[in-house]
Amino acid sequence: MGVSDILELSAEATAAAAHAGELDPGELFAFYRSRAQEPEALELNCFCWLAAGVPDGSSAAEAPLGGVPLGVKDLFCTAGAPSQSGSLMLKGYIPPYTATAVQRALDAGAPLLGKTNQDEFAMGSSTEHCAFGAVRNPWDRNRVPGGSSGGSAAAVAAGLVPWALGTDTGGSIRQPASFCGIVGLKPTYGAVSRHGMIAFASSLDQAGPLSRSVRDAALLLGAIAGRDRRDATSVGLPEPLALPQRTDLEGVTFGVARELSAQAGAQAGGIEPGVQAAFERALELAMSLGARIEEVSLPHAALALSAYYVLAPAEASSNLARFDGVRFGHRSGDERARRELYAMYAQSRSEGFGAEVKRRIMLGTYVLSAGYYDAYYGQAQKVRTLIAEDFRRLFAGEGRAARGAAAPKVDFLLTPTAATVAFELGAVQSPWQMYLNDYFTVPMSLAGIPAISIPCGLSGKPGDSASGMPIGLQIAGPAFSEGPLLEVAHALEQALGFDGSPARRHRGLGHAHVNGAGGEAGGIHQGGPA
Amino acid sequence: MSAYEPVIGLEIHVQLATATKMFCSCAVAFGAEPNTLTCPVCLGLPGALPVANAQAVHFGLMIGQALGSELAPRSIFHRKNYFYPDLPKGYQISQYDEPLCRGGELEGVRIHRVHLEEDAAKLIHVGASGRIHGSETSLVDFNRGGTPLVEIVTEPDLRSAEQAGAWLRLLRATLRELGVSDVNMEEGSLRADANVSIRPVGSTQLGVKTELKNMNSFRFLERGIAAEIARQEAIVEGGGEVAQETLHFDPASGSLEVMRSKEQAHDYRYFPEPDLPPVLISEAMVKRARAAIPELPSARARRLRETLALPEQLARQLAFRGELYAYFEASLAAAGALQPTPEPRLIATWLSEELLPRAAGELETQGGNVPPAALAQLVALLAAGRLSVGGARQVLERMLAEGGDPAQIAAAEGLEALSDEGELARMVAEAIAANPQAAEQVRAGEGKAIGPIVGHVMRASRGRADGQAVSALIREQLGL
Repeated sequence: MGVSDILELSAEATAAAAHAGELDPGELFAFYRSRAQEPEALELNCFCWLAAGVPDGSSAAEAPLGGVPLGVKDLFCTAGAPSQSGSLMLKGYIPPYTATAVQRALDAGAPLLGKTNQDEFAMGSSTEHCAFGAVRNPWDRNRVPGGSSGGSAAAVAAGLVPWALGTDTGGSIRQPASFCGIVGLKPTYGAVSRHGMIAFASSLDQAGPLSRSVRDAALLLGAIAGRDRRDATSVGLPEPLALPQRTDLEGVTFGVARELSAQAGAQAGGIEPGVQAAFERALELAMSLGARIEEVSLPHAALALSAYYVLAPAEASSNLARFDGVRFGHRSGDERARRELYAMYAQSRSEGFGAEVKRRIMLGTYVLSAGYYDAYYGQAQKVRTLIAEDFRRLFAGEGRAARGAAAPKVDFLLTPTAATVAFELGAVQSPWQMYLNDYFTVPMSLAGIPAISIPCGLSGKPGDSASGMPIGLQIAGPAFSEGPLLEVAHALEQALGFDGSPARRHRGLGHAHVNGAGGEAGGIHQGGPA
Repeated sequence: MSAYEPVIGLEIHVQLATATKMFCSCAVAFGAEPNTLTCPVCLGLPGALPVANAQAVHFGLMIGQALGSELAPRSIFHRKNYFYPDLPKGYQISQYDEPLCRGGELEGVRIHRVHLEEDAAKLIHVGASGRIHGSETSLVDFNRGGTPLVEIVTEPDLRSAEQAGAWLRLLRATLRELGVSDVNMEEGSLRADANVSIRPVGSTQLGVKTELKNMNSFRFLERGIAAEIARQEAIVEGGGEVAQETLHFDPASGSLEVMRSKEQAHDYRYFPEPDLPPVLISEAMVKRARAAIPELPSARARRLRETLALPEQLARQLAFRGELYAYFEASLAAAGALQPTPEPRLIATWLSEELLPRAAGELETQGGNVPPAALAQLVALLAAGRLSVGGARQVLERMLAEGGDPAQIAAAEGLEALSDEGELARMVAEAIAANPQAAEQVRAGEGKAIGPIVGHVMRASRGRADGQAVSALIREQLGL
């Protein structure tokens, strides 16, 4: 089997080839490891650490995942390998244990190829806010891959790794998947253990797969999902995931929410014409496969972003308090910091955290402060409850149709994953503008329900911000509906027939330039076997 | 009498005697090598998550029921956020507005709430005799970090330092009886803070309170509160106003130092702990906790009073001290087999007034040379009139020194009560003859004058004679 053949195989097919003895897992690993170090791959800056080789004693060829190498977002703890969450604060930090989700993938036979770059502490939508340099989009290296799981998304899209783990708090798997033309699934909150994930916002964080196909996503999710006694909020999935094979949508009802579609574009800065056209084409395709489309309402969805940017920073301000320079992480060498405890805290944190992280810590600290708690945190929790209730009613057939009439029961909700395609590095400078990237993904995060982004076309309409950039379709379902959700996603994926291969053909940076992308230049740290 | 009434409330932290920590499976142990009982969870390493200890919840429910609290079917953990090196996560997982238990009462002192939380790590300050001020460096031992704690908060129902001390002793006895904690104040498994204010006698309003931190013995607690009451009285007497602040009592100097003022008070930014689901209490859990509760000291004191007719003070003394009560119960059981059976009250009195002052330290080991059955036998001899009080004391001394059977000791030492009436009559006659002046006075109606004659008989009998019988015989022989 030739090199280019491997590159065009899905993870599932690669594993099957390994099972059949047609592929040696060691050579497979070496192939991807070598590919990730080619100059054109290094320019993408997907990885902050690469494994030296396959861990000893792995019998990958017989394992369910067949030795197909895995990229893992930096914020997952991996014993023996740096786990830095994209932050100077944790530069060089090597944890003594491995996150449950990663361990399950390793145990199922997906060896760790490398750790992928991300926005610092998963706070961002562009993977520009990374202490180890910005990541570039393989479809256009002047553009961002989305974020915060941008390293994982770009690496999968560029064929540097067959699949990867990311995390999604408000859209951090789905939006980069959309920007990079791949599949990204945020499971139901609690489906996958958070143990070993360096926390951003604990009540929202959820690990999930980024892959080139829906079936690959199902395969990887099946390996990592499950109840974990080390995470009291984990529950696992109700039943084992089968690999989706559905190709029709007979009897399926999709909802399109007035608040999360073209009419609502204004708040999100407007849905691009190409995105809207691709979305509408996906709806037509769904109907042609037998699905019904219903216009529905999620009355509180427009409040989701505001609630999210109270709740997530509040939790983050507490989760990040442990990075105080006492036992791990950056400690300031400043003279005053050597003498005074609180100066040490302040100086270490000032030096170790980036601007966006500091912004959210301050925001979160403020909304939890005495006298402000009820007005901000308390109010945002109420909004969150209302949004979860909106979704519950929608999927239970208790929702309202767009014009006030009773709505039929809806099986899944369809939205664009993002209002735009990937933007240029440095193009979005306003924090609020950046937060708007999460407009379509945050409601599902607040409700804790599963949602998947699959590629549904390329931009190129008059008025689009770019041409030839991937567009994502988001499909959301009720809590723990991963099985049926993946089935309908697979049917749509097959009908859409998206071609992601252009991103895998290495193209040099050429005259590319970086506009104000922060962080030091990339460079991959080489490690021993994880 | 002071013109001011002190108003005192206590906040008590109790380390639970669970096998493992509150949110991880590290062992709970005192005195292990520093930083050997740790894991990613109790070190607050990135990515580590807490999982609540079911045994700690069980103990919390036992305590709540023992104090008559209302148990919340659903309670939640909160994060209490502040920076300090003994707090590895930058927050303590505690409970806030939805605690495990609310309300309750113990011996007239109302309970405000009972909640679960985790202990901080231990700071060790090197140099400057262990205090942080002037120390050269500080070390952190995370062994204690994450130990399960129950915090018990009382209403401000205590009115003096002594009352606070006595009540805390009762609480400690109750917790010890429950078996939920070692309740050792020196090792820090029981720690008390006191909220103290004063107000004019007769007033029903609460004054400005101060908080006294971590007094690690009953004596320090009582001294600290007394010192704070005196300080506040002096301030108010001098025309000043008490400031709301947190104070540290230095037992060495007896002085109170300000730790922080109201302005320096932390804003803990409490919010629900997202890593932990709500604590849901089922009827089965409540039942299981109730079934695990033994007879508690206050109920026991009532029973001793009501069914054994022990006086209030004696009943409380025996009931509130576990080792004393265990001895008493064993002694009572042994007495049941004796004929005639001595009165429980007599055994209790001899335990409290005769054995305890002579052998306080040995009661923990079931009396050492005087096991419970031996005391029962001794008291039975006394009750049967075979030993006088004086004779019984002498036998007890001998038992304490060498052990042995009280009847045998009495016989061997010739300490048995004089049962030969002829011999006693002869001794009385001799005593009257030897004290003619006293005899005359007694005849003349001066009852007190009988003392020297009785003393003469007691000396002659080496205490074997019964005082009352002797007095009666003297009066008889004097023709009265």
